[in-house]
Amino acid sequence: MDVKIKSMKHEDFKDNEYIENLVEELNATGANVVVGKLDQLINWGISNSLWPLCFGTSCCAIEFMSLGAARYDMARFGFEVARNSPRQADYIMVQGTIVHRMAPVLRRLYEQLAEPKYVIAAGGCAVSGGPFKNSYCVLPGVDKILPVDVYIPGCPPRPEAMFYGLMQLQRKIKVQRFFGGVNRKEKIKDFFNSHPEEQGRY
Amino acid sequence: MSDIKDIISRICPEVTFEEGDCLLVNVPEPKWYSLAKTLKEDPTLNFDLLSAVVGMDWKESLGVVYYLTSTSRQWEVVAFKVSVADRENPMIHSVSDLWHVANFQEREVYDFYGIKFINHPDMRRFFLRNDWVGFPLRKDYDANPELNPIRLEDEVNEDDTVSYVEDEKGKVKKVPGKVFEADDYVVNIGPQHPSTHGVMRFRAAVDGETVKKVDVVSGYIHRGIEKLSEGLTYPQILHFTDRMDYMSAHQNRHCLCACIEKAMGLEIPRRAQVIRVMMDELMRISSHLLSFGCTAMDLGATTAFFYGFREREMVLDIFEKTCGARMSMNYNVIGGVIADLHPDFQKDVKALIEIMPSRLKEYHKVFTGNVIAQNRLRKVGHLSKEDAVNYAITGPSGRGSGWSCDCRKVHPYSIYSELDFEEVLEYGCDSFSRYMVRMREIEQSCKILAQLVDNIPDGPIRAQVPKIIKLPAGRWYNQVEASRGTFGVYIESDGQKNPYRVHFQSPCFNLVGVMDLTCAGYMIADLITIGAALDFVIPDIDR
Amino acid sequence: MFDFGIWTSWFNNLLTGCMPDWAATIIECVVIAVLVLLAYTVLALFYILYERKLCAWFQCRLGPMRVGKWGLLQVFADMFKILIKELISLKGTDKFLFKLAPYLVITSSVIMLACLPWGRGLQIINFNIGIFFVLAVSSVGVLGILLAGWSSNNKYTLIGAMRSGAQMVSYELSLGLAIITIVLFAGTMNINELVWAQNDGWFIFKGHIPAIIAFIIYVIAATAETNRGPFDLPEAEHELTAGYHTEYSGIHFGFFYLAEYLNLFIVSGIATLMFLGGWMPLHVPGWDGFNAVMDWIPSVVWFVGKAFFISYVIIWFKWTFPRVRIDQMLAFEWKYLMPFALANLVLMAIFVALGWHF
Repeated sequence: MDVKIKSMKHEDFKDNEYIENLVEELNATGANVVVGKLDQLINWGISNSLWPLCFGTSCCAIEFMSLGAARYDMARFGFEVARNSPRQADYIMVQGTIVHRMAPVLRRLYEQLAEPKYVIAAGGCAVSGGPFKNSYCVLPGVDKILPVDVYIPGCPPRPEAMFYGLMQLQRKIKVQRFFGGVNRKEKIKDFFNSHPEEQGRY
Repeated sequence: MSDIKDIISRICPEVTFEEGDCLLVNVPEPKWYSLAKTLKEDPTLNFDLLSAVVGMDWKESLGVVYYLTSTSRQWEVVAFKVSVADRENPMIHSVSDLWHVANFQEREVYDFYGIKFINHPDMRRFFLRNDWVGFPLRKDYDANPELNPIRLEDEVNEDDTVSYVEDEKGKVKKVPGKVFEADDYVVNIGPQHPSTHGVMRFRAAVDGETVKKVDVVSGYIHRGIEKLSEGLTYPQILHFTDRMDYMSAHQNRHCLCACIEKAMGLEIPRRAQVIRVMMDELMRISSHLLSFGCTAMDLGATTAFFYGFREREMVLDIFEKTCGARMSMNYNVIGGVIADLHPDFQKDVKALIEIMPSRLKEYHKVFTGNVIAQNRLRKVGHLSKEDAVNYAITGPSGRGSGWSCDCRKVHPYSIYSELDFEEVLEYGCDSFSRYMVRMREIEQSCKILAQLVDNIPDGPIRAQVPKIIKLPAGRWYNQVEASRGTFGVYIESDGQKNPYRVHFQSPCFNLVGVMDLTCAGYMIADLITIGAALDFVIPDIDR
Repeated sequence: MFDFGIWTSWFNNLLTGCMPDWAATIIECVVIAVLVLLAYTVLALFYILYERKLCAWFQCRLGPMRVGKWGLLQVFADMFKILIKELISLKGTDKFLFKLAPYLVITSSVIMLACLPWGRGLQIINFNIGIFFVLAVSSVGVLGILLAGWSSNNKYTLIGAMRSGAQMVSYELSLGLAIITIVLFAGTMNINELVWAQNDGWFIFKGHIPAIIAFIIYVIAATAETNRGPFDLPEAEHELTAGYHTEYSGIHFGFFYLAEYLNLFIVSGIATLMFLGGWMPLHVPGWDGFNAVMDWIPSVVWFVGKAFFISYVIIWFKWTFPRVRIDQMLAFEWKYLMPFALANLVLMAIFVALGWHF
């Protein structure tokens, strides 16, 4: 199974082993042919229609606006239908630092997203806390409270980097299974089991 | 200088004076309020502008440094230091009824240092959760994550507030209160909302569609920059300024560098100064273009937003070529700038200033001249000049109320005194005036760039600075005109290589302070446009 | 001009020839329902792409490009995605009304779609109060929006729904008055007769001044009726996040989304019917050669083409104008638009009475 992204060569992506491992995992469970085809169709739909939730806390949000503006134009990928209501969005792109006061809000927004939902951590702050890691009220990375699918480093990441991250998310979606095993959902469940709400400590 | 000393010591003989960067007056706490009242109301003194409120922890005592400015006395700045020795229950009289800007400023000080302000109407925490343990900027703060873990449950009792009221006998009593009335219909706007320009949260009590009261809840991006700065060396803290008001990155950094250079007594090469000013003005153009786009988008005119961004990309290209980044440029350093100009710089700037007038015309055609836009912006969000001064609303928003407050004119810094430009003033006191000031400032910035682009002198781009930068003991306050108003940096040093205290006086902090005043009586839709026209950047407020 | 009535009557004769009348009617109903729903989906998907591409061009962008050639498959990807999105049920909502609301909205627009004259002989319902029926059905959609806002148990949706109620009830008056002006002129409410009455020139030309005024009023009111910019207050993104459908996810949201675009087509279709001759080609009395060439273009193409053009104008409004405020919007309707429409109705009556028209 080859994961194709239009006008991008396989070797243009830097973490092919990760996707290959995912594919192998999928093959090992032996997807039924019919369901496999249906999965492919659905994954094609999801991966080409990723509607972002507007969630920018600082500088990266401005770059995200540039991503939507005329020069970069994320509408080319069909990503431009930015929804302000989490119910209608497909992924949450965390752009900016998440602080203690914001953490419950972010977690709630994630819970309000309708399945299938994805998380992208964009920018150094969302990935690891960035330059504010040592602060008294900054989360050292959103992966402390959310299961992150794609990390986009940068301070702020350039729009091209954001496109690359979004394409990686598309690749990841293309190898997921919607029917049957649902490896994704299980992973999310594992994540929340290991990060129970009432403890919420790291 | 000496006459102001005489006047103050005549009003209040107990004060002592310290010379330094500017005159510092030590005021004993019990005398502070009456002195402040005289300073504000005496027509010869007329200290009508409270520039900065800096909370301090001097280990043996806690206190506040107030920077007062008299707009009628050539913008003379005098600092007042008020301190109390009681660390358990420190209390200082509030001046928020004299300068309304102090309302939020004192809440910030309370949040960081636990200093309670007597007679302050609303003594809640400002940045941190209301169940936060400890006061983080105190020197003895316990940073143990066990005390303040990441809490994933919502804050409770958000409506509860408290104030410390002093009765006639001088006894201070704790009076609990509520932010909203019991039967108010409160609409929550933010923190995740498309038009709060970030993660600001407003709670608006509405009557039908009319807004009665706006409660500002801040701190959703409070990163504790001031505390972090205390642990870093001077060159290391520079990068924080780019990430506060990211739309005024160059100006903010210019301010901090200039403050450190002032403390070091460093002379900056002329070439570096010209480059800094040009970068500041380019940044201002980029910021105002973004502001134009966001105002248009908040009003629903999405296409105008894209036009604004199209020109903004030209500015970003110039930055990228010279500084190496589109945003967070990290370009100014102590003593000058980090890298020399790109060979294309002059060509690109010329192209930009050539194209801007026609593009501005296009914006006015698409958006400003539109009858709906005019009706939405005019006569909305009234802010009188007196209120603008009292709430310290500087920058384009203050100038939209006819208040001449441009730092480049009133305290000319760098090479601004040599340049020929006009301070843009509008007298409508409404959102439209604020918007128009921005659009006209783009023209003025282009004018400044046109004067400088062919006159960049040769020479070094950086002064010689020692490997390890140490400031002498003392305190410095420096202001520049950022895109959104007067940006101030306060540094207190004890002679070490890291600062004892750094405070950033951001213009946007004051801007949210007038949200309640400007929005009350208008509609929910107006709340959005008023916010858009005030144009605050949230990371600048929260820091 | 090709008459699609030949096909339909052939199909009818075929069915009645081999089965009783009632069975033939049932089969015809089913076939027509399937066709209408198919047309509905295809049109809505087309409109979504149409608007996305148009707004991209207004904004110096390219719009969807990468899914299929020129992004043609983009909307299908969106459709697959939205079909499998989770339907979230919420605590504290009125569950029955919450689920009913999107169906009300979509049903009303499907019924309206069925009333449009698609082409010569291609009309599903034709009865003597046709246009009146369309206006009546369009009001059901408002109910859906109001219920959606109310049942979601959310302050944003409630404000959105209240705005929507106030807006749609107000602008329906101007819309109705503009249509009545033309009904007065044509003397019929039957959709088929309305189209045939424009055989010798569209109403906008025949009725000249009052018809043009009515057309302008209609387009403004129709923009407001479809909740589109500058009157998109009920879902004002920058004030109320997503307005009345904030809490809807998955296909329920999809219904609102589709209905929004389809309503755009429907109001354009009605404008076409009332002012631009429905499926009637452009006929100039006396120019027989020209008329023959125009007749050569199929009637369906005429109808859809004209509707797309009016939609284009309405989309153009949305992407150019800022949003009005609720009080300004109501003041505009009650202080200017409706009195103007009333005066125009009187003007038309005078024109008709004195025969000052072509």
